[in-house]
Order: sequence, then C-alpha cells, then structure tokens
Amino acid sequence: MSDAPAPAPAPGPSGTSGPIGTGARTGLLPSPTAATTRTSRPPRLSRQRRQRVAADLGLLVAAGAFVVPLLWLVFASLDAEAKLKVSPPSSPTMENFSAVWTDEITFTPMLNSFLICGSGTLLTMVCAALAAYPLSRYRSRFGRPYLLGILFTTCLPITAVMVPIYSLFVQINLIDTMWGTSLFLATSQLPFAIWLMKNFMDGVPIVLEEAAWTDGASWFQALVRVIVPLMGPGVTVVTIYSFIMMWGNFFVPFMLLLDPEKLPASVSIYTFFGNYGVVVYGELAAFSILYSTPVLLLYILISRRMGGGFTLGGGVKG
Amino acid sequence: MSLTKAPTAPGGPGADGPDSGGPGATGPDVPAERPRRPYDGVRRYARWLPVAPGTVLLLLFLIGPIGYCFYLAFTDLQLTGQASASFVGFDNFTRAFGDEDFVNSVVLTLVFTLISSILGQNTLGLALAGLMQRASKTVRTITGAIVICAWVVPEIVAGFLLYTFFHRRGTLNEVLDFLHLPTQNWLFTLPILAVSFANIWRGTAFSMLVYSAALSEIPDEVTESAQIDGANGWQRLVHVTLPMIRRSIGTNLMLNTLQTLSVFGLIWAMTRGGPGGRSETLPVFMYDQAFNKALIGYGTAVALLLLVVGGLFSVVYLRLMREEV
Repeated sequence: MSDAPAPAPAPGPSGTSGPIGTGARTGLLPSPTAATTRTSRPPRLSRQRRQRVAADLGLLVAAGAFVVPLLWLVFASLDAEAKLKVSPPSSPTMENFSAVWTDEITFTPMLNSFLICGSGTLLTMVCAALAAYPLSRYRSRFGRPYLLGILFTTCLPITAVMVPIYSLFVQINLIDTMWGTSLFLATSQLPFAIWLMKNFMDGVPIVLEEAAWTDGASWFQALVRVIVPLMGPGVTVVTIYSFIMMWGNFFVPFMLLLDPEKLPASVSIYTFFGNYGVVVYGELAAFSILYSTPVLLLYILISRRMGGGFTLGGGVKG
Repeated sequence: MSLTKAPTAPGGPGADGPDSGGPGATGPDVPAERPRRPYDGVRRYARWLPVAPGTVLLLLFLIGPIGYCFYLAFTDLQLTGQASASFVGFDNFTRAFGDEDFVNSVVLTLVFTLISSILGQNTLGLALAGLMQRASKTVRTITGAIVICAWVVPEIVAGFLLYTFFHRRGTLNEVLDFLHLPTQNWLFTLPILAVSFANIWRGTAFSMLVYSAALSEIPDEVTESAQIDGANGWQRLVHVTLPMIRRSIGTNLMLNTLQTLSVFGLIWAMTRGGPGGRSETLPVFMYDQAFNKALIGYGTAVALLLLVVGGLFSVVYLRLMREEV
C-alpha cells in the first residue's frame, strides 16, 4: 500500500465525504493529527470510499438473499394463481385477501389469538411488576438467588417442558381450554419479563417513591401511581415484547388446544396445508400477511427503544 | 439491613440457581442483632408478598412440570391402554442410547446447532454488523429492515416461506436454473441443510443487533491506534475487535444455541422431521415419540436430556451474565 506512512485515518475529510462509520471520529481526534495527515488526504479518501462501496455491496447481497422469501409472500398474496416460486403477479388482485376474509378462516383465529395472548400478556405484566418491586427495592439474601434462578429459567428450552405440561394439563383438566393455554404462555414469558422489569425499575430513583410515602401512599399506590408511569417506555417494551412472543408461539397452542374453534392464528394457519387438499398458496400468503401484521406494527412501535442492552437480556427463544 | 431472613414467599426458583442453599435453609441465623418486635419480622416477610403471584405461576407451570419431567422420565407411561405407569428406572435412557433414531436425532441436532447457530447466525450477524458500521446510511437502513423483518415474522410463517423457497419448484431452484447450476429437491435430498438455512434466515437479526450494539461501544481511539501501529484489517479484527467484544460473543452464542435447541415450529412447517427422520432434531423426535407413538415416558426422557443440555448452557450463560445481577 503506497500510503502506508499515513499515520491517521484522515480525520478532516471523512466528515465531508460522509461515511457513517467514521462520522463520530472526526470530533474525537485532536487537531494536530489532522494537520500532519493533510498531505495524504486524497488516497485516504478514496480508500474510505472504496471501503464504503464494498460494505454497501456486501450488505446489498445479504439483503437480496434475505428479501427473496419475503418477496414471495407479498407477490403470492396478490396473485390469484400463485406458484411456489417468486414471480410478480401478472395482474395484481385482492382476491386472496377477500377469500380468507371470513369468520372461519381469519376472524375467529385472530380473535382467539388476541384473547389468548392479550390475557397472557396482562397476567405476565401484572405478576412481573409486582415481583419486580421487592426485588428492586429491598436488599435480601433472597433477592440474588431468586434473580439468578429467574435468569436461569429464562434460558431453558420451553419446548422440552411441553410433554410434561401436556400430561399435567390432561390430569388437571386444563387441556383444550383457552385460559389454560393463556396461563402457560404467561408463565413462559414471566421469567424474562420479571428480569427486564426489575432492571427498568432499578432506574427509577427511590426518592420519588419516598415522596409518595410521605404523602401517605402505600407501597402499592406508589408502585401503580409513581413507579410504573415513570417506567413508561420500559413497561411498553416489555409488554409488547411479551405479546409478540406469545403471538408467534406455535408449539404451545399446537399442543394444548384441540378444538378448531379455539385455535389461534398460529395453529389455524396449518389447516391451509392439512384440510383443504390442494394448497392455495395465494391464500396462505394472504393469511400469513394478515397474521403477521400486528406483530410487525408492534415491533416498529418499540424498535427505537430496543437498543443493544435490551436485546442482550435473553431475547429470542422458542 | 443486615437482618434478612428467609422470606415467606416460596423460594423454589431460587434454589435452581447456582447459589442454592441460600433460601430455605437460613431460618434461625440472626446473629448478634438486638431482638426485634414481632411486628418487624412480619413486615419483613410481608413486604416480599408481591413476589408471590409470579412465583406461584412459575412453580405451578414451569418448575413443577420440570420436576414432573424427572418423575415421568423414569416411568413407562403411555397415552393409551394402560391404567397406571410403573417405575422402570433408567430403562428409557438405556433404550434411548440404543435407539438408532435417537442417536440420529442427536447427531442432527448437533449439525443443526453447529450450522445454523454457531456458524450461521453468529458469523453472519457479526459480518453484517461490521459491514453496517462502514456502509452508507440508506443501505444500512434497508438491510437492517429486511433482516429484522425476517426475524419478527412469526415462526410458522417463516417456516412456510422457507418451505416454498426450498421446494422442488421453488425459488432457489429457479435461481440455480437461471445460473445453469444443478438443481435438486432440497427438502428431500438435504432437509437438514434446508432447515438450518431457514433458521439462519430467521435468527440472524438477533446476532446482528447484539453485535451492532457491541461494535458501536468500541472506542474509536482503540481501532485508530491499532491502525497507526500498522495493523491491517484482519489483524485489527482478530487482535482488537474480537477480544473487545468477547463478552457479547459469549452471550450471543449461548442465547443462539439455546434458541436453536428448542426450534420446533420451523422444522415442523418445513419437513415435519422428514423425510425418513432426516431432519428430525430432538424436539421433533420428542414430539413424535410422545404423541405419534404415544410413549409419554420415553418422550419425556428425551425432553429431560434436552432440558439438561439446555440447563448446562444456561449455567454457562449465567456465569457470563453474573456481574449484571
């Protein structure tokens, strides 16, 4: 490399050429360095640009590979004669959507999903908020082992518990009940919700709570009126995240619910393959879009708040 | 606040943590403290009450079933034709290790985890995060949106999408045909590879987010001084970047692996474990034994093995996360 002696990565110019990765650098570097590298500016600049173009290309290739199945979803849903391969519909139509837009195919399963996941999320959040309060506020020899236990259960493969859960549900007659399914879904999200809520609650200064106590509020009033509102964004993130996880869960309702009338969308989608003989791919795609839309919207709602710190907490699991 | 006794709220889950022995066993150690009024003690217990609802749920539907799992795994319970299960000791386990199908599914699970989690999601996620730091904003945003979209789409939908992609008349073969490369019926010839790639497609976004966050926390000075010292890109990656994000790498690997171990819906939607059990990872095998073949006891023994492996990974993960508790 001819510009080897150039000591620093071109502080001045990088700002003007605007590569994102180095944008922050410009401010950090002391100006003396800038002066010394002035001479080697042109080659540096082009090298950075080369790097950026290479990075762009690499990302575009990856994006191209990732987008293909999603493209199929969109194209097939608009194509009355959708095939298995990606091809833009010759005459886009909403036929598929109107075909699945019925009580039996769309509304009942979606309503079931909302009932199961909604009540599950509510239960998770109430239990998590209550449990997080003492864990965050009181010091005890009990707190740390409890939290470690919570974190441990966060990671366990829930899939593996399903066989004993099924036997248990059969014995206590919870099998094929929506509220039983909801209870289990709530429990499966609970460890992670407690963990996150506790961490968010740690961020709320105790002074504000003490002020509420002075005014005669009980711990519960302080929790509901002061702490939870102050945790607003955090609570939103945990709520929506729990909901998304339950909404997408296939295995739990697949095992615990039998009656077609009670199946949520995640399982009823399967009947496109099973019962109707020939698979109508266009309708399957249309229904998939309808089923995915709520979680996509909810994700967009919280995406800005989901920094790295949040995702680190134990994000996706089955 | 040194006077802390075992709280009234059940300490079940706590006992699972590495620090077990703490709760429950610490009743009467109140050393050298002035005696307190009974009211104080009650309050001390009572204020932990809010933990109770969540703990009860966890005990009933998570810890309980795990314990039940330990019991069932040593019985010969079947779904039909049997009044009560009898204790059979380690029969289920010895049977499992002599069962070709079980060994097959263990191998497939290892392959699935290695390809999709460790090699695929992890490496691709790191590569994408690295590229994103250098790429222009538009490209970065578009790629991020697409990759994350693949992650947010529900599991079963992802399964269908990848099913059509890998299908004999699907998009992949169309593309290969266009490039004059040999096509084949992927879901039949290489089902485990197809589901592994499906899992990569679905799970890479998580690694990408984790690594993006980790990379953005590396101070620019560090990279720069390495550059000044004459380190090339590869050397910077191996000697500077990777060591600095090693904690993220550890956490991410653990979480990816745990998530991959419990994948069911994706495989079920794509291949149902077939053809001929050639994509039957442990969760699918477990389901198949317990419900299709009605051998609950045997299925639970498999589940227990899965739980133990998951538990071991969780302990490693806990050690990595330790400082944050």
